[in-house]
Amino acid sequence: MNTTNTIAPPRPGTLGTDASRPDGVAKVQGGFAFSSDMWAENMLWGATLRSPHPYARIVSIDTTAAWKIAGVEAIITADDVPGLATYGLIMQDQPVFARVGDTVRYTGEPVAAVAADHPETCKRALAAIRVEYEVLPPVLDPETCIDGTAPVIHPDGNVLRHQRIVSGDPTVTGDVVVEGLYEVGMQDQAFLGLEAALALPDPGGTGVELYIATQWLHEDRKQIAACLGLPEDKVRLVLGGVGGAFGAREDISLQVHTCLLALRTSRPVRIAYGREESFYGHVHRHPAKIWMRHHADRSGRLVKVESRMVFDGGAYCSTSPAVLINAITHTQGPYKCDNAVVEGWALRTNNPPCGAMRGFGVVQACFAHESQMDKLAAACGVDPVRIRLLNAMQTGDRLITGQIVDSVAPVAECIRETAAIPLPPDMEADPNVLDLPGGSGRTADRHHIKRGVGWGVSIKNLMYSEGFDDYSTARCRIDDGVVTLKFATAEVGQGFVMLAQQIARTVLGVDEVLLDTIDTQVGSAGSSSASRQTWMSGGAVDAACRAARDELFKMVAADNGLDPSRLAIDGTDIVEVGGSFRRPVVQAARGKRVDETREYHHQPTEDLDENGQGNCHVAFAFVAHRAVVDVDIELGLVKVVQVATAQDVGRVLNPKSCVGQVEGGIAQGLGLAVMEEIVVQDGRVRNPSFTDYLLPTFLDAPQVDVVFVEEFEPKSPLGAKGVGEPPCISVTPAIANAIRQATGRDLPRVPVRPSDICL
Amino acid sequence: MTVLAPRTVDELERILADSPDHTILSGGTDLMVEVNLHGRRPTAIVSLRSVEELHAWTFDHERVTIGAAVPYATMEVGELAGLVPALAQAARTVGSPQIRAAGTLGGNLGTCSPAGDGLPVLSALEATVHIRGNGDRRDVPFADFMVGVKRNALRAGEFVHSVSIPRVDGWQGYAKVGTRNAMVIANASTCLVRDRSAGRVRVALGAVGPTILRCPEAESWLAANSDLRGNTPPSADVRAEFSRLVSQASRPIDDHRSTAEYRRHAVGVLARRLLERSYQ
Amino acid sequence: MSTPSGIGSENYSLTVNGRSHDVKDSWIGESLLYVLRERLGLPGAKGACEQGECGSCTVVVDGRAVCSCLVLAASVVDTSIVTVEGLGDGGRLSDVQQAFLDCGGVQCGFCTPGFIVAVHHLLESVPDPDDHQIREALSGNICSCTGYGRILEAVQQVAVARRSK
Repeated sequence: MNTTNTIAPPRPGTLGTDASRPDGVAKVQGGFAFSSDMWAENMLWGATLRSPHPYARIVSIDTTAAWKIAGVEAIITADDVPGLATYGLIMQDQPVFARVGDTVRYTGEPVAAVAADHPETCKRALAAIRVEYEVLPPVLDPETCIDGTAPVIHPDGNVLRHQRIVSGDPTVTGDVVVEGLYEVGMQDQAFLGLEAALALPDPGGTGVELYIATQWLHEDRKQIAACLGLPEDKVRLVLGGVGGAFGAREDISLQVHTCLLALRTSRPVRIAYGREESFYGHVHRHPAKIWMRHHADRSGRLVKVESRMVFDGGAYCSTSPAVLINAITHTQGPYKCDNAVVEGWALRTNNPPCGAMRGFGVVQACFAHESQMDKLAAACGVDPVRIRLLNAMQTGDRLITGQIVDSVAPVAECIRETAAIPLPPDMEADPNVLDLPGGSGRTADRHHIKRGVGWGVSIKNLMYSEGFDDYSTARCRIDDGVVTLKFATAEVGQGFVMLAQQIARTVLGVDEVLLDTIDTQVGSAGSSSASRQTWMSGGAVDAACRAARDELFKMVAADNGLDPSRLAIDGTDIVEVGGSFRRPVVQAARGKRVDETREYHHQPTEDLDENGQGNCHVAFAFVAHRAVVDVDIELGLVKVVQVATAQDVGRVLNPKSCVGQVEGGIAQGLGLAVMEEIVVQDGRVRNPSFTDYLLPTFLDAPQVDVVFVEEFEPKSPLGAKGVGEPPCISVTPAIANAIRQATGRDLPRVPVRPSDICL
Repeated sequence: MTVLAPRTVDELERILADSPDHTILSGGTDLMVEVNLHGRRPTAIVSLRSVEELHAWTFDHERVTIGAAVPYATMEVGELAGLVPALAQAARTVGSPQIRAAGTLGGNLGTCSPAGDGLPVLSALEATVHIRGNGDRRDVPFADFMVGVKRNALRAGEFVHSVSIPRVDGWQGYAKVGTRNAMVIANASTCLVRDRSAGRVRVALGAVGPTILRCPEAESWLAANSDLRGNTPPSADVRAEFSRLVSQASRPIDDHRSTAEYRRHAVGVLARRLLERSYQ
Repeated sequence: MSTPSGIGSENYSLTVNGRSHDVKDSWIGESLLYVLRERLGLPGAKGACEQGECGSCTVVVDGRAVCSCLVLAASVVDTSIVTVEGLGDGGRLSDVQQAFLDCGGVQCGFCTPGFIVAVHHLLESVPDPDDHQIREALSGNICSCTGYGRILEAVQQVAVARRSK
């Protein structure tokens, strides 16, 4: 049957369809093995002793009493680290354990670890280790690292990165000038699945296998092997089920400790953090102070943007330099602006270390520029939507780094599509108490409430920047008609496992696609971060599948006396274009073996020069958000009623999955807007628990109305852009702007606290 | 076996008389947090799960009596909610549905946190705490039961048997401020009772002092300056002054959840709004 | 299972998903969550907060949905406990489980078992919940991936399907 003239719906399970998650059944039945579920015969429990001080010299560590506790099998300190004493993603500046004679630099820094037969035994052993500290005055204000009044707290210095951007004419001024000083609090990734790992030592201690929830197996392996003093091939990592990541699993946390304890005891060891320890065990979103000044002509068209950004990196480097660069290179937002003077600092203090979190520096910059855009709109007497449309960036525009935006850039379309989404109806005359700010607390009645509407629009870079080749690898095997994919891409909940199958089904014309274990027995996939895996690992899987298909075509062509270049996949058949040959792929592949591995590399990028000029980013995605909030002005409580959004996605590969990413990202951005903050006082986290670190509940989540702006991205192997980060970026300022509109308050800081509104 | 599960109140009383160091376990929602996170290591436990008498509630025309082990979920809806609406409203704000299925008023009284959601209601309704132990029975007014931050009037060997709440001719309501719309610890809470026959209001504040605070000055001033028996709400000026006096009665602190200034402000607003609601 | 030296001496049995399980030499402070996961080989209930603030460990004890991290295991010896492993029918997915998959309610999946148990419990007590009832009943279950939208749709879908049966 010739179907070329009809557009058939895509085959179920292929690209563009709501394919099912291959891990879904196990996840709903409770059988999916998260890293905290890993278990081995004869297993011990590990636990970590942490510093109670933000800055102190370790005078001595006495483990005598702890060793006397029955069931304790190992106690290790810095002296027991056989390889490199430090680790880190960009600088190797973070000790595996703080050493006697050296200093601890943040509250929660690891000092020792134990292995024992029961978690309770571990707790008792930790309590029995005596550590004598000489407490030092901590460096808490990053500004003191800039002006040089702070003592240097690390041999690598207190400045993690300082970078300027000077673009166009720095002396030009505008007729209209607005400025503000903005602050973003420290947000936690707050994944549900706490850090956990199981290490299995090789006999004789010659190697180790680690089941770990991480975002990047190969980078972990590199750092772990260096600290263990083992060759990388003796350290095998297998992805344990990952209960969310959001950036918090990019850095080493318990990996080295778990392996060391297993190698020391020659027994399997599991470490599983509790929630409090998790708050100390991973990096957070950088708290930032951002000054911005926008110059515009009288119509509101941007002339120049100036900014000074100060990011508190905390005690160790992590990804602070890269986060800073992301922030300053996104100063202008999704708007055309020729002139800029920007200065950024990432600094080392004795506060909790900060690093990657969904949005990676752009969240902070966006909060500032979108607050400014509303100020500018007001100053020019222009509507907030109009001012954004007036300045909306387009493909071909030059960024303040000099880079040309060669991605699809449908900024105006995102704004228009969002504006076209209907506003929610007015509050009912007799509303359900759960719909009011304060919810079940019954704090408000209808007449206490004022409604506000606010906008936020953002630009976000995709993939890694500044010359980094974060390539991805995938392998496709066809064995007697059975297709198996292998990759090291960390499935953290985003659904890459599903996408990989969709790609293979589409390219190879098969319905069954097996997935091999996600581990280090194949090349690196890079990190599941930076909205990059659909593009990068999707590109690698696509390339491997195409290569396998082409090999198969050659074999089938040879068997049947055909020209392989004339073979194609049609549905689940191999067909000869313009010919009569047609055979189901599964049948044609019977008895054949194909095995193809491919790497996908994105176009190279450059470092920034001293004026912040350079093609440092790979590609960009855009999104608009409109938030509607109800505010109890007198008590300062907020209920986000609706978030409307239109997001530039290139192409929707899995509609259900895209919606899920958008809704989840919006909830996270809402959290930063009104409730999520790690409260740090004197270098100590005051709220390291889910009782006091508040995440949005079902009753806080707004109605989300989403439109996808689909314009095929030619640079992307699948035409699609990553969808993970954009949803959480401009929703935060959209909500803040909505609260400002309702209250008339300046609100220069997120999270907006009740007292900021009503006192 | 070191978890004892008595079936009767007498049995429970005997166990505690013999071993006053046994830890009482009711819903577990406070105790297990202590065990899981704060290093509490009980050596022996008495569970109230099987003491049926403590799981019961009764009422007559004068009072409602609620057993110490009745979970909040029971107070939220149904007949009990109709009898003590302020308690129902407070119960609905306790933790999550899962917590409310387990947590009890006896636990709230045992822990005596100033942020305990049920406690302002017991204070404003002038409830009596019925205590058993050491072969004795004591009835303690709530005002004398809570003596400080997480401190109560229970002596060794004693336990809370039940709480009795007088039925009031009038209106009662509870409101609580937290920074999210569910599952949140009170930053400030207020219970207001307008007793029509007595022509008085009674106001109790949570999370703004070391104990639940009553507002005698605000209560008396309002009684003197408005008609609390009728249907005419006090004027805006009177409501504002009442609000100010309630705020003044609070003794809040700054902590990681909120500030003293906000808490002081919030209880005043809540009291005024509850007063307004009592006329709707 | 590992038996701690010196700290555990509690012996008792629990009835989980209709089956009796012996617990030997346990420490008295062990939560039901710990015992299910580490001693009984039932890892479906997840721990994410240890203090009843996330709902990932939700199980049903004597008909009440509770946080198993806040249940002292040794105190529920005479009760009937149902975990996510006890739902569904001989490995077949329950309507709630299927709806979570169909509607995209699962991402990382860590909160999912707790949600599944809580939703089953909700629909048994309120067969035809409106959106407010759904949101309030599930307000003790935190999800950091989905923003709850797809979960709401899943519950609505089951309620509608059960109504038309």
